[in-house]
Amino acid sequence: MTSHVSHASAGEGDWIKTSSHVCRLDNILSPSSAAYLILDKQRLSDTVVRLTLHAPLVALNAQPGQFVLIRPTERSERIPLTISHADRVSGAVTVIFQEVGHTTRELGGLEKGQSVQDFAGPLGTPSDIQRVGTVACVAGGVGIAVMLPVTRALKAAGNRIIGILGARNKSLLILEDEMREACDELAIVTDDGSYGEQGIVTDALAALTQRDRIDMAYAIGPLPMMQAVCDVTRDQSIATVVSLDPVMVDGTGMCGGCRVRVGGDVKFACVDGPEFDGHLVDWDSLRSRKAGYREQEQKAREASEEAHHA
Amino acid sequence: MPKREHLPRTPMPEQDPKQRATNFDEVTLGYTPEMAMAEASRCLACKQKPCVRGCPVNINIPEFVRKVAEGDFGAAAEEIARANALASVCGRVCPQEEQCEKYCLMAKVNGAVAIGRLERFTADWHAAHADTNHCDVSDREPLDQKVAIIGAGPAGLTAAGDLARAGYKVTVFEALHEIGGVLRYGIPEFRLPREILDREIESIRSMGVDFMTNVVIGKTLTIDQLRESGFDAIFVGTGAGLPTFLNIPGEDLNGVYSSNEFLTRVNLMNAKDFPNEGTPVRIPVKAVVVGAGNTAMDSARTALRLGAQEVHIVYRRSRDEMPARAEELHHAEEEGVQFNLLVNPVAFLEGDKGWLRGVRCQRMQLGEPDESGRRRPIPIPETEFDIEADTAIVAVGQSPNPLIRSTTDGLKTTPWGGIVVNEETGETSIPGVYAGGDAVTGAATVITAMGAGRRSAISIDAYLKALRENNNKVSE
Ligand SMILES: Cc1cc2nc3c(=O)[nH]c(=O)nc-3n(C[C@H](O)[C@H](O)[C@H](O)COP(=O)(O)OP(=O)(O)OC[C@H]3O[C@@H](n4cnc5c(N)ncnc54)[C@H](O)[C@@H]3O)c2cc1C
Ligand SMILES: Cc1cc2nc3c(=O)[nH]c(=O)nc-3n(C[C@H](O)[C@H](O)[C@H](O)COP(=O)(O)OP(=O)(O)OC[C@H]3O[C@@H](n4cnc5c(N)ncnc54)[C@H](O)[C@@H]3O)c2cc1C
Ligand code: FES
Repeated sequence: MTSHVSHASAGEGDWIKTSSHVCRLDNILSPSSAAYLILDKQRLSDTVVRLTLHAPLVALNAQPGQFVLIRPTERSERIPLTISHADRVSGAVTVIFQEVGHTTRELGGLEKGQSVQDFAGPLGTPSDIQRVGTVACVAGGVGIAVMLPVTRALKAAGNRIIGILGARNKSLLILEDEMREACDELAIVTDDGSYGEQGIVTDALAALTQRDRIDMAYAIGPLPMMQAVCDVTRDQSIATVVSLDPVMVDGTGMCGGCRVRVGGDVKFACVDGPEFDGHLVDWDSLRSRKAGYREQEQKAREASEEAHHA
Repeated sequence: MPKREHLPRTPMPEQDPKQRATNFDEVTLGYTPEMAMAEASRCLACKQKPCVRGCPVNINIPEFVRKVAEGDFGAAAEEIARANALASVCGRVCPQEEQCEKYCLMAKVNGAVAIGRLERFTADWHAAHADTNHCDVSDREPLDQKVAIIGAGPAGLTAAGDLARAGYKVTVFEALHEIGGVLRYGIPEFRLPREILDREIESIRSMGVDFMTNVVIGKTLTIDQLRESGFDAIFVGTGAGLPTFLNIPGEDLNGVYSSNEFLTRVNLMNAKDFPNEGTPVRIPVKAVVVGAGNTAMDSARTALRLGAQEVHIVYRRSRDEMPARAEELHHAEEEGVQFNLLVNPVAFLEGDKGWLRGVRCQRMQLGEPDESGRRRPIPIPETEFDIEADTAIVAVGQSPNPLIRSTTDGLKTTPWGGIVVNEETGETSIPGVYAGGDAVTGAATVITAMGAGRRSAISIDAYLKALRENNNKVSE
C-alpha cells in the first residue's frame, strides 16, 4: 500500500527543495531511516563545518527557524543546531556549526560515510515569516548560518532584505555568497578591517537606519551582539527578532532547562522559541544561565584535547 | 511452631543505608526463594480476595502467591503475566501500601503479605530461569492493520505488546533517544536497575514491535500525517512531562533545576560519569528539594549519591500528606535526607552573580481541607528563614506536554491539558485515536498507566476487527 501525505506547508524560497507536494511517507517510516548517515562534509572556515545528513523524517516538516538535537556518539550530550537546509525529495538535512567545545568537536570529527547517533527534529517554533517591507538581517559569527534560512524565507515572502554580516576577521566570515544571493543589499564588517568595513555590526546598522526606513530587524549571533542590536533598534522603535541559544537537554519542553525570561514571563526556548522579541528578552538572566556549566565544559574540552593529542 | 499468620512480614535484604547513599546500585536486594516461600505462606487465602480489588490491573494475587508458597515459581510468573506485562518493574515501584497490600486482611494483624516483593521475586526468577519468553509468541495470525503508539512509557509499551501479540503491525514513536519514558529518565537505577528495564523492553521488541526513537509527534510528524500514512489506529501515551515551577523570585538562577532536568541529566544522560559521558550536572554540596512525592525522593536521593553533604526536603504540608511511596520515604530518611515539613519556599536567593546561595522559606500550618481533601497549608506570618544551598530541585508536579494537543485538530482536552477519553475504552474525541496513562490522568502511577494501555489495546483490537469485517462485507 502506498500512501501520500501532504506537507504542512509548501517550501519557503529555495530553502526547501521539493519537486511536488506529496511524498511517500511509508518509505521513510522505518527504522532504517534512522541511520543518520553523513552524506557530505565541508569546512567553511577553520572552525566552522557544514554537514549534510540523511534524515528524511526531519526534512519532511522542517521550516525555517527550526532546529535539531544531535548526539554525535552514544556518549554525547544532546546539542541543538539550526536546520540550515532541508531537501524533502532526497531526505537530506544540512547543519552548519562552529567547533566551540567537546560535543561540536566530536561532531566535526565525523566524516562522510559515518553516522551520528541521534538526530531529532524539527524542533522549536518556525520563524513567523511575514511581508513587512524592508528587513535588516544582522548576523555575527556562526549566527550567519542560523540567519541564512530565515533570510531566504523573508526574501521569498517579498521583503527587501538588507544583510549586515559581522566577523572577527576575513577567515572567520562564512556563507558570504549564499547571503549575498539572499539579500538585496549586503554590508560586511570585520573587527580588524581585514574584509569589508572595519567595525562592528551595530555601527553598520546605525548608519543604515540613518539613510533607510527599516521596518523590522533580525539579529542572530553572539549574545552581546544581539543585545547591542536591540539597543539600537529599540531607540528607533524597530521591531527586532532574536534567536536565543540557552543550554538545552530534551528540546521538547520536558526539562525546563532552556527557560528564558521574556517580557517578565518564563518561556521555554525549545518550544516557545528559539525566536523572541528581542526588546523583551532579559539578557542578564540568559547570559548567566548560558555560563551555568562553564567549569565543567572546560573540563570536557581539556579531556577531549588530551584524547586528541594522545 | 507458631501459626503461619502470626509470623511477621519477611524483611527484604537491603544495602546498608550509609553505603548505598554513595552508590547507584539497587537499594533492595530481593527475596531468596526460601524467603519468598516463607512470606507467601503467610497468605490466608481468604475467599473475598480483597487484595485483587486493590490492584489496578486485577492480578489474581492469592493464586500467584499460593504458587510461590508451593515453590512453583514458573506457574506463579504465568499467573502474573496474564494481567501485568511489566511485573518486575511494578514489583519494584508500585505503591503497594495504597493498593493490594492496603486491603490484605493481614495488614491489621502483623503486616500485610508483601505482595509487591513477591511479585518482584517471581518476575526476576522467571527472567533468570525461563528459557523461552511465553510472551513472544503471537496468539493470532499476523494481520495487515497497523497501529502507531506514541510514547514509549509504561502505557505505550503495554499497549504495543498487547497489540503485537494480537497480530497487528505495531510501531512505537518515541521523542527521546531511548525507550522507557519515566522508567528511563525519571526513576533512578538504584530503584529500578537498567537491566530490568532493558529486559522488559527486549521482550516487547521480540514480539515484533518496531521502535522509532527521535520522533517527536507534533513536530517530526503530526497525528494527521500518521493517519494519512496508513496507520489504522493510534494510541497516545505521551505522559505528563511538562515540569511545574514555583514562580517565585530567583527561579532562573543557576543551580535551580526542575526535577525532570536534574533526573534526566543523571538517568538518561548518565551525567554522573561526566566527563566520560558528554552531559554535565551540577554536583551539589547542599541541596534543597521542594516537594514530597516520588519525584522529590528520587531527586533527593540522587543528590546524595552524586556526593551532596546535606540534602533537605522542603514540603508545605505534614508527614501524613506526603505522596511518595512509604518505602521511598523510609529509605530517604535512613539515608540521611532531612525533612522540613510545613515549610514553603518563598524565594531562591542569589549569591555569586547568577548563582544560587540558598532558599528563603516560610513556616506553614494546616487549615481546612481543600478540593483534594487534604488540609490546606496556610503561611504563618513572620516565620521566614533561610536554608543554605547551592542546588535546588523543584519537584512539585508535572502536567501533560502541549505538543500533541496544539497540533491535533479535534482532540479534546481538559482545561489542565489532559486528553479527554471514554474511560472504559480509552477512545478520544477522534475516532481511531486512543489515549491513556499520565497523558490522560495527569501524573499518576506506572500500574495505572499500564492498565490504561491494556484497556486501550482491547478497544483498539475491537475497533480494528470491526473495520476488517466492514471491509470484507464491502469487498464481497
Ligand atoms: C536553538 C539553538 C540553535 C543553535 N544553532 C546553532 C547552529 O546552527 N550552529 C552552531 O554552531 N551553534 C548553534 N547553537 C549553539 C550550539 O548548540 C552550541 O554551540 C553547542 O551546544 C556547544 O556544545 P559543545 O559541547 O561543543 O561546547 P561546550 O564547551 O559544552 O559549550 C560552549 C557553549 O555552548 C553552549 N552549550 C553547551 N551545551 C549546550 C547545550 N546542550 N545546548 C545549548 N547550548 C549549549 C553554552 O552556552 C556553552 O557555554 C544553537 C543553540 C541553540 C539553543
Ligand atoms: C521521578 C519519578 C518517580 C516516579 N516514581 C514512581 C513510582 O515509584 N511508582 C509509580 O507507580 N509511579 C512513579 N512515578 C510515576 C510514573 O512513572 C508515571 O505515572 C508513569 O511513567 C506514566 O506512564 P506513561 O506511559 O503514561 O508516561 P511516561 O512514562 O511519561 O512516558 C511517556 C513517553 O512519551 C514520550 N513522549 C512525550 N511526548 C511525545 C511526543 N510528542 N512524541 C513522541 N513521544 C513523546 C516521552 O518522551 C516518554 O518517553 C514516578 C514519576 C517520576 C517522574
Ligand atoms: S530543552 Fe528541555 S524544556 Fe527546553
